[in-house]
Amino acid sequence: MIHDFGIVWNERALLLSGLANTAILSTLAAIAALLLGFVLTPALMSKQRAVSRAARVFVDGMRCVPFLLFAYIVYYGFPSFGVRLDNWTSGLAALTIYNAAYMAEILRGAWVVQPREPIEAGIAFGFSEIKLFRRIILPPLLLSAGPVIGNQMIQIIKDSAFLTIIALPELTHAASSIQSRHYVPFAAFITAVFLYWGLCLVIEAGVSSIGRVAEARR
Amino acid sequence: MAEIKKVLDVAGVSKRFGGVEVLSDVSFQVDKGETICVLGPSGSGKSTLLRCINWLERPDAGQIYLNGERIGINGAGIIMSDRDLSQIRTRIGMVFQHFALWPHLTVLQNLMEAPVQVQKRPKAEVRDEALALLAKVGLSEKRDAFPAKLSGGQKQRVGIARALAMRPDLLLFDEPTSALDPELVGEVLVVMRDLAREGMTMVIVTHEMGFAREAATRVLFLDRGRAVETGSPDRFFSNPETERARQFLQRYAGDIANGRR
Repeated sequence: MIHDFGIVWNERALLLSGLANTAILSTLAAIAALLLGFVLTPALMSKQRAVSRAARVFVDGMRCVPFLLFAYIVYYGFPSFGVRLDNWTSGLAALTIYNAAYMAEILRGAWVVQPREPIEAGIAFGFSEIKLFRRIILPPLLLSAGPVIGNQMIQIIKDSAFLTIIALPELTHAASSIQSRHYVPFAAFITAVFLYWGLCLVIEAGVSSIGRVAEARR
Repeated sequence: MAEIKKVLDVAGVSKRFGGVEVLSDVSFQVDKGETICVLGPSGSGKSTLLRCINWLERPDAGQIYLNGERIGINGAGIIMSDRDLSQIRTRIGMVFQHFALWPHLTVLQNLMEAPVQVQKRPKAEVRDEALALLAKVGLSEKRDAFPAKLSGGQKQRVGIARALAMRPDLLLFDEPTSALDPELVGEVLVVMRDLAREGMTMVIVTHEMGFAREAATRVLFLDRGRAVETGSPDRFFSNPETERARQFLQRYAGDIANGRR
């Protein structure tokens, strides 16, 4: 067993580059999903029925599709329509679009329980449209939804492991190639698990710092 | 003699919610420097009237003019864009029953937010004015506190200072003391009384009869969505014209006698 971990240690460069790719992929996807959520959430809350209905269909649709299938569709299915993306682009696109639906739903949930008056005050004081959302509505949403958004980021990290199936060289892919080359499944995968855990700890540290900012305002 | 300028002109405003007529054909005017207290039983449409003035509620009929400029409907007779409406709203300050401070901003930032972001005034100038306003409402030492850490009375004083920071032509108060513990009402009324004395133009929806009697230049009595009576507070409180106003005042007098107000 010690010997197995020795083999994994010798392959640390591969594992670390997988870890780095997972971190980059998850960070980019989390930021992009959140930004897309900022657009989707007002659409979900829109008073125009057609807009809110369309956003609702997208969000509910995404949430009912297994991520693995969705990643398959983006990578293998889109080329049938002439959209051919490399594995990085399609992996990032799949992670982003899929999780944007969750981010939007998280922010919507936080929005509906916000008191109405501060938003009304924003309108009464001359805020409208994008500025109203960005300056008055969104900041309290981010503070109150911070922990749930952090939770979703952890979900993004875990979802990114599925992208090994489109040969994206992320952490699971690295662990998997180490085990197939040397046949050390337990050592390779348990090491990957601990590395994922480390990433999640970083997210949790971030969440608790948002928590402190929110606490000062509560 | 200086010309008296009409700041607000409300003409024939009506509003229905579903099938219920909340306001019917309400008209009144406010001259510069006046303090109008809007009185009436709960459900008489007072808050809706106030919210129609800055189009937080869209009136079904009637016209509203601020300094001669029509609110909500543009020159072509169609409903204004949100952007145009926002422009006019920056000239009307509003104070809310539940304070409605922005929870993510400090007290000072609450005062500076709209003047800087919406009115696009220079930050340094706005900051100086905001600090002076905080001193005026007695909250200089709270400038870096978040609203959640303040008492109700302090929150409402911030609410008033925030509205004043817009340099509004008109201030609207929607039951500014109704959500306060009785012992905190006084500190807010003191600030409002000072504003009345300084000649701020204000429309105040309130249940504080003592304040209305003493600080209002005129009272407007609403009942079931109609402007039933308007006149000087002295005459209204000592000798109301209508039976409805008399009943309303009697109920209040009863409450006071029974220690409920």
